[in-house]
Amino acid sequence: MAQAHTTQPWYYLPAPTRWPVIGSCALFLMALGTVLWINDAGVGRWVLLAGALVLVYMMFGWFGQVIGESEGGMYSKRVDVSFRWGMSWFIFSEVMFFGAFFGALFYARALSVPWLGELDQRLLWPDFQATWPTAGPGSKEPFSTMGAWGIPALNTALLLSSGVTVTWAHWALKENNRAQLILGLIATVALGATFLGFQAYEYVHAYTDLNLRLSTGIYGSTFFMLTGFHGFHVTLGVIMLTVILFRSIAGHFTPDRHFAFEAVSWYWHFVDVVWLLLFVLVYWL
Amino acid sequence: MSAVADTHAHHDDHGHHPAGILRWIMTTNHKDIGTMYLWFSFAMFMVGGTMALVIRAELFQPGLQIVNPDFFNQMTTLHGLIMVFGAIMPAFVGFANWQIPMMIGAPDMAFPRLNNWSFWLLPPAATLLVVSLFVPGGAAGAGWTLYAPLTVQMGPGMDLTIFAVHLLGMSSILGSINIITTVLNMRAPGMTLMKMPLFCWTWLITAYLLVAVMPVLAGAVTMTLTDRHFGTTFFNAAGGGDPVLYQHIFWFFGHPEVYIIAIPAFGVVSQVIPAFSRKPLFGYSSMVYATASIAILSFIVWAHHMYTVGMPLEAQLYFMYATMLIAIPTGVKVFNWLATMWKGSLTFETPMLFAIGFLFLFTMGGFSGLVLALTAVDVQMHDTYYVVAHFHYVMVAGALFSAFAGVYFWLPKWTGRMYDEKLGKIHFWLSMIFFNLAFFVQHFLGIAGMPRRIPDYSPVFAEFNMISSIGAFGFGLSQLLLVYNVVKTIHGGRKAPARPWDGADTLEWTHLPSPAPYHSFETPPTVR
Repeated sequence: MAQAHTTQPWYYLPAPTRWPVIGSCALFLMALGTVLWINDAGVGRWVLLAGALVLVYMMFGWFGQVIGESEGGMYSKRVDVSFRWGMSWFIFSEVMFFGAFFGALFYARALSVPWLGELDQRLLWPDFQATWPTAGPGSKEPFSTMGAWGIPALNTALLLSSGVTVTWAHWALKENNRAQLILGLIATVALGATFLGFQAYEYVHAYTDLNLRLSTGIYGSTFFMLTGFHGFHVTLGVIMLTVILFRSIAGHFTPDRHFAFEAVSWYWHFVDVVWLLLFVLVYWL
Repeated sequence: MSAVADTHAHHDDHGHHPAGILRWIMTTNHKDIGTMYLWFSFAMFMVGGTMALVIRAELFQPGLQIVNPDFFNQMTTLHGLIMVFGAIMPAFVGFANWQIPMMIGAPDMAFPRLNNWSFWLLPPAATLLVVSLFVPGGAAGAGWTLYAPLTVQMGPGMDLTIFAVHLLGMSSILGSINIITTVLNMRAPGMTLMKMPLFCWTWLITAYLLVAVMPVLAGAVTMTLTDRHFGTTFFNAAGGGDPVLYQHIFWFFGHPEVYIIAIPAFGVVSQVIPAFSRKPLFGYSSMVYATASIAILSFIVWAHHMYTVGMPLEAQLYFMYATMLIAIPTGVKVFNWLATMWKGSLTFETPMLFAIGFLFLFTMGGFSGLVLALTAVDVQMHDTYYVVAHFHYVMVAGALFSAFAGVYFWLPKWTGRMYDEKLGKIHFWLSMIFFNLAFFVQHFLGIAGMPRRIPDYSPVFAEFNMISSIGAFGFGLSQLLLVYNVVKTIHGGRKAPARPWDGADTLEWTHLPSPAPYHSFETPPTVR
């Protein structure tokens, strides 16, 4: 649109699109593939892979189109506000998802494990010590927990620093200092990636040295599900930051119009806060 | 007012619009998407209804006649899942799609492409559920609540169900984010929040509930999945977990879910009753606050579904009192509807009949809910047909009747044609009579001690079960009248005026012709 700004509509209404239905096909294949795979049908992993590839294709296409429209000046102020509401509520839904797992951790530590140590369970499990951490009364395998003050503390420092660097980059963007913007984003991506590297190392350490596994009772379940979903979200965050980095290098965003950047930084701060809770509730206490 | 139609073609960048099936697959238009939601939900209503009739056919007489118990369990499970997630929720999302942009003077939903995706996530999810019937071991048979440890022990059908729930949840979350953003950001100038039609308010609150609790359900079924396949022990006491944990997480979702279904129904009724009473809604602001209170309370009452799992007495008492508090805002709503009708110039077209039917029967369902809220009573009633009767009064005579009211109410606006009033009234009376035949007697069965979700029963329950089954088949068959009436309306009902109901005063009636144009309010109207 040549005179995008003069004919900018009250609200941009997109044309019919093929991306959502492609996304639905992708998710359908992924669901079907996973079900086949975990029920020992070998073809499942290929169906899952196909679905994932279609999903990646959809994301490139859909987000690419949105970026094109945004850079083309199609989005009025009101569209920008919609994106802000949309991202806020999306992050709220993520908070509630983590809430379910934190709730499970709380329930196990405060209620179900102490109940298992009560008198009426003694007949079934006379030797069970109802203390945290535990793999439950049925577990015979010894395991060690992940200490807080080694890698997890380092990871905390890494993520907190990445929160600083992304803000530093944001200040630069608002002052149109592109070099500092790009530098700040590179630092943030690097810190995030290092965090993930440490997390992977920590998992290997848990499995090989500590005998701490996903199947290590309720401790292993909550530990790996919480940190695992967090790590997955960090991975997504790093990918999103990388996209923003490339867009910054390509000259996208202006000092006053850059919601994509802000959305990703909101997401990044959200992941950061979840980590702080994990550090305190899963690793430390 | 001049605000009706902006014919400025700033759609020049859109190129041509695809035709045929591609129009529906690729559409970004809220009216197209609303239509798809409504038809999808009706199709699912028929599928879920057929499953209900399998259940009622088996229960027509004591003994095992038609299906084996395992298949019976699969039917009760799928009936619940399909009716809740496939029929009732999408029906109201369909209303939201059609109505909210027109009611607040917006050109469309805030995220039209996302809107398309919210709908098109539903057919894959429904497919997964239906496919699960044909895998080894059959569909999930643990009841729609999918309680552990049964779900941990089921076959691959359970995995399909888990992923179906994930897709349905995603659809709901994306759709809700869209609705919240639309209501908060897309209102025409002058349309303040407290001037919005109540239907928009109820959907704003419902969407908030959905964004808050659907992820929790996703968490619950994810734990089920990892317990099944990856060795976690969230719901296994031997590993330090607890099957009751599942129930807590599920009902933290499940109780707000009840209001997710009921609150949009309140919204529809709050549009219909004033229109046919020719009076504005009595106590508008108290309606808004009551709805919000119900939503907030819904988060802190979940364990009243679990009185018999062995909670501490203090917890039971707390959940009992908290639950009974909900009667207060609900009472506010019921009395406001009655006060709206008080001294109104009432007429009783089909939408009004269904709205009044809703008012009677939903209130009864609310009262039986109060009975069940009493811990001491619920210990007797838990998992009996009394519970089944209670929630069918709320879900069917509440939510479904209000959806019927909404369909008849807005059909002239959507299609530009009037439905057949006589057929509509017959549909109402048949539904009303057969519904009560099917479900009223279930109260007696429950009090007498007949457990739910069991394919066989003692011969002492035979008469009431027979009556209930006759009512269920009558109710199911009566719904064919609705399809017939809708199809007949689309193909040759008489032309509807822009405002066929005298008392209807929201923007879609006052500012738009019937049928509403494909794009309405591309530039916003000004609201006084």
